[in-house]
Amino acid sequence: MYTQGLDLVPKGEKPEAPKSEEEARLEAAFQRKIDEEIRIEPTDWMPEGYRRTLIRQISQHAHSEIVGMLPEGNWVTRAPTLRRKAILLAKIQDEAGHGLYLYSACETLGVTREELYEQLLAGKAKYSSIFNYPTLTWADIGIIGWLVDGAAIMNQVPLQRCSYGPYARAMIRICKEESFHQRQGYELCLALAEGSPEQRRMLQDALNRWWWPVLMMFGPPDKDSWHTAQSMKWKIKRFTNDELRQKFVDAVVPQAERLGLKIPDPHLKWNPERGHYDFGEVPWDEFWRVIKGDGPCNRQRMEQRRRAWEEGRWVREAALAYAEKRRRRQQSEAA
Amino acid sequence: METREVLFEYVLRLGDNALILGQRLCELLGWAPELEEEMALANIALDYIGQARMFLSYAGEIEGKGRDEDQLAYTRDVLDFRCALMVQQPNGDFAHTMARLFLMSAFNEQLYGWLVRSKDQRLAEIAEKALKEVRYHVRHSGEWVIRLGDGTEESHRRMQRAIEDLWLYTGELFTPDEVDQAMAAEGIGPDLAALKPAWQQKVEAVLREATLERPADGWMPTGGKDGRMHSEHLGHILSELQFLQRAYPGLRW
Ligand SMILES: [Fe+2]
Ligand SMILES: [Fe+2]
Ligand SMILES: [Fe+2]
Repeated sequence: MYTQGLDLVPKGEKPEAPKSEEEARLEAAFQRKIDEEIRIEPTDWMPEGYRRTLIRQISQHAHSEIVGMLPEGNWVTRAPTLRRKAILLAKIQDEAGHGLYLYSACETLGVTREELYEQLLAGKAKYSSIFNYPTLTWADIGIIGWLVDGAAIMNQVPLQRCSYGPYARAMIRICKEESFHQRQGYELCLALAEGSPEQRRMLQDALNRWWWPVLMMFGPPDKDSWHTAQSMKWKIKRFTNDELRQKFVDAVVPQAERLGLKIPDPHLKWNPERGHYDFGEVPWDEFWRVIKGDGPCNRQRMEQRRRAWEEGRWVREAALAYAEKRRRRQQSEAA
Repeated sequence: METREVLFEYVLRLGDNALILGQRLCELLGWAPELEEEMALANIALDYIGQARMFLSYAGEIEGKGRDEDQLAYTRDVLDFRCALMVQQPNGDFAHTMARLFLMSAFNEQLYGWLVRSKDQRLAEIAEKALKEVRYHVRHSGEWVIRLGDGTEESHRRMQRAIEDLWLYTGELFTPDEVDQAMAAEGIGPDLAALKPAWQQKVEAVLREATLERPADGWMPTGGKDGRMHSEHLGHILSELQFLQRAYPGLRW
C-alpha cells in the first residue's frame, strides 16, 4: 500500500551470494528469533536482505506520508467551514509527524533522513501511487480520509506486530491517529451524503475516481508480487496483498451503502459461499503506469517537493551557519 | 455606537486578525523549507484558526443576529472585514513569513497579555488560552529572525529586507481609533499606546541579537482594522477562503 513499490523487482538485484558457515549460523538464529516472535532491535544482527527490505519499506512509507500531505494541502485554504479547516490542518500536521517518525525509525537501520529525502527528490524512491491522483472537489478530502486512511490502517494494523521493533512501535502510534483520520473522513462524507444534490454528486464523483486507485494501494496481486513470501517469512508482512484488499472491500462496502453511494464496479457482489464480496479486476495496467511515473500528478507532486526544497536551501544553509557561529561563540566563551 | 456594537466591532477585529493570518499560513502547506517547519507552520496556522473560531463565535453572540463563526468568516465581503494590514501581507519568502509572524505575534502577546485582565469575562478567557499559543509563536518566529539575521549573507539580506517591508504595517497596530478608545475607557481593552514600549523592547532585543537594523518609524498606513482602506490582497484571500460557501450558499458541510 504505502509501500507498493516494494513489490516491484528492483533493477540489478542479484541472487544472494553463497553464505559462509558463520553467516548461515547467524541467519538460522535470526530466523529462530523471528519464529518465536522476539522483536529485532537496531543493534541486533540481521541479514543484509532484511535490513535492505526494511529500509526500502519504511522509507517508502515515510515518503508517502510526506507526499500525501500535498493533495490534501490543496484544499486547506478552501475548506468550507472553520471547523473542517482545523480538522484538515491537524490531519496534515499528523501526516508530517508520521513522516518524521518513520524517517527516524529508518535511521536506526543506518541511513540518514537526508539521504532518503534526496533519493525521493531525485525520483529514485517510490511512494504510494495513490498520491498521484488529483483532489478536484471538497468531497475528495472526505474520500481520502475515509478510504485512503482506511486502507492505510488495514495495512498498518498488522505492521504493529512487525518483527522490527522500531517500525512496529512507530505503527502503534501512527495507527491511532490514522483511525481518527478515517472517522473524520467518513463523517465529512456523511455530511455531504445528507446534503444537497450537488454535494451528493461531488461525493459520488469522488468515489468513482478514487475507488480503483484505493484498491491499488494494497499492491499488485499476490501472483505478481515479488517480495511477499520472503517478507512473510521475516514477519515484516503478516497478510498478503490480496488478503488485505479483500478485507478492505468487505469492510468498506457496507459503509458505502450507508452513505447511499454506488461503488463503481459492476462485478461487486456478496458471495455467501466465500463469505466475502467478489469484485472486478483492478485495472493493473494503470497501476503499473502510475507507479512508474505516469500518473495524473506524479510530475506535479515531485515538482512541488523539489521546488520547496530548492527554495528552502538558503534557509537551511542559514540555520547551519548560525548553529556553527553559536557553537564557536560558546566555545570561545568557555575558553 | 452603542457599547454592544462597539464590542462587536472590537471582537470582530480580534477574530479577523487571527483568521487572515491563519489563512495566510495555510497557503504555505507543502512549501516549508524543511519537515520540522512544515509541522510548525501547520501547528501555528491551526492555533490561529482556533483563535479565530473563538473570537468570531463570541462576536456573533454579541451581535445577536444569529450569525455564527462560519457566517462571519465566509459571508462577509472586504468592506466588512476588520483585519490589520499586517496580516493581509503576502507570505513572500520565508524571511517575510517569519518576520510578519514575529511582528504580529509579538503584538498579540502584549494584547492578549492585557486582555486576560479584561473586564469582559469571555474575552479574558479566550485571551488566556490564546496567550499560551502566541508565546510559542513569538519564540518560534523570533528564533528564525535571529537565525536568518545572523546566518549567511544572503539570509541576513533577506531578513533585513523583510523587516523593512513589514515595519510599515506596525504603526496601525498601535494607533488607537474610536473603537480602541471606547474599549479602553470601559476596561475591556488596553490603551494601545501603552502596549508599545514592551513590544518595542522585545522586537528590538531580537533584532539586535539577529544583527539586524531597526527600521526608522516613518509614515505608516492605516485602514485595515477599521476597514476604511484595505490592501488589494484581502479580496484575493477571501475569494479563496470563501469559495465553497459562495459557490453553494446555505449548505451544511
Ligand atoms: Fe499518516
Ligand atoms: Fe496517511
Ligand atoms: Fe492519516
